[in-house]
Amino acid sequence: MVAFIDTGTNGTKSVHESVLDFVEFGIHTAKQSKAKAMANNSKYSIIVPTYNERLNIALIVFLVFKHIPDVDFEIIIVDDGSPDGTQDIVKQLQQVYGDDRILLRARPRKLGLGTAYIHGLKHASGNFVVIMDADLSHHPKYLPHFIKKQMETGADIVTGTRYVRGGGVHGWTLMRKLTSRGANVLAHTLLWPGVSDLTGSFRLYKKSVLEDIISSCVSKGYVFQMEMIVRASRKGYHIEEVPITFVDRVYGSSKLGGSEIVEYLKGLVYLLFTT
Amino acid sequence: MSMAISRLVYCKFEVINLFEDKMKHIVKIMTFLVAITAVWISLLQTAMIPRSHTWLLPLYFIVSLGCYGLLMVGVGLMQFPTCPQEAVLLQQDVIEAKQFLKHNGVDVGSD
Repeated sequence: MVAFIDTGTNGTKSVHESVLDFVEFGIHTAKQSKAKAMANNSKYSIIVPTYNERLNIALIVFLVFKHIPDVDFEIIIVDDGSPDGTQDIVKQLQQVYGDDRILLRARPRKLGLGTAYIHGLKHASGNFVVIMDADLSHHPKYLPHFIKKQMETGADIVTGTRYVRGGGVHGWTLMRKLTSRGANVLAHTLLWPGVSDLTGSFRLYKKSVLEDIISSCVSKGYVFQMEMIVRASRKGYHIEEVPITFVDRVYGSSKLGGSEIVEYLKGLVYLLFTT
Repeated sequence: MSMAISRLVYCKFEVINLFEDKMKHIVKIMTFLVAITAVWISLLQTAMIPRSHTWLLPLYFIVSLGCYGLLMVGVGLMQFPTCPQEAVLLQQDVIEAKQFLKHNGVDVGSD
């Protein structure tokens, strides 16, 4: 093997520096091959809980296949007995994409988000788990960013954040933004969570980490998402963030009423006392 | 007197180090509040600052905390990242997806 070591113009670089350059080049190449090797060995299980998402689930599946074609993944759809025929659409998608890639693991009726994840986890065969919403507010085009961030940093959890530069929200009124920002500041002052977006639910977990945290969480709804990330932070897991954009509810409507605010505050107090 | 209080505060911090991982967050906050209360009491005792000012210190603390919170909310609201172009991109993605799926026999009628 022959290597040309650059000694700079007129030999301005010392031999010492040139050798360091060469060693750096060697490390860089080794990192690249390690990254390639790692990409081939990881399997990603994407868990999508659905309820009446007949159109959105088809769009999401298409977009996932469009954006991570070279990754080994499976999509686990946990449907809670949707009356609008979501499960029929999933079966049609299985005809197109294969039922080794799209798994339908349905449940008889609405049983809650937390249990939907647990149910999906039982059937997950990957070593990483991605959770995302089925209403197209989470765009699959960020999946490569999550995967890349995890591979670069070796993080246990990569969470999407809407509140940093590069991320963002569309479709929120000023009132909604105010409530969201106020809630965020309150949560940060009280809990010191270590992440900028507590209620976000677009996350990549190592499967073992998710199994560990989910067994100790008891809340419902989006407080559940908060509880998961706060518990993970307390347990010392390595958490990284990726900016994501969030387009609120393309089809359908998103609600934030008084009862949601009360639930949020109760959730904060609960987390304050138990984490 | 202030020596006793500062020793008490020091002991509390030792306790924190011992039980770091198991300590609930509320306990950390309470400990911090007790610590600054101890400092406040010692200030009252030693009268380094005129007593009238010292009595008002807790009020100043609460008010400045409130102001800090409001400031953070205001700044965050002004800097709130928005992405109107994403809605347009999403609509394009939806059209592309519908075309492909229709072509492959998936029913994409509106819900």
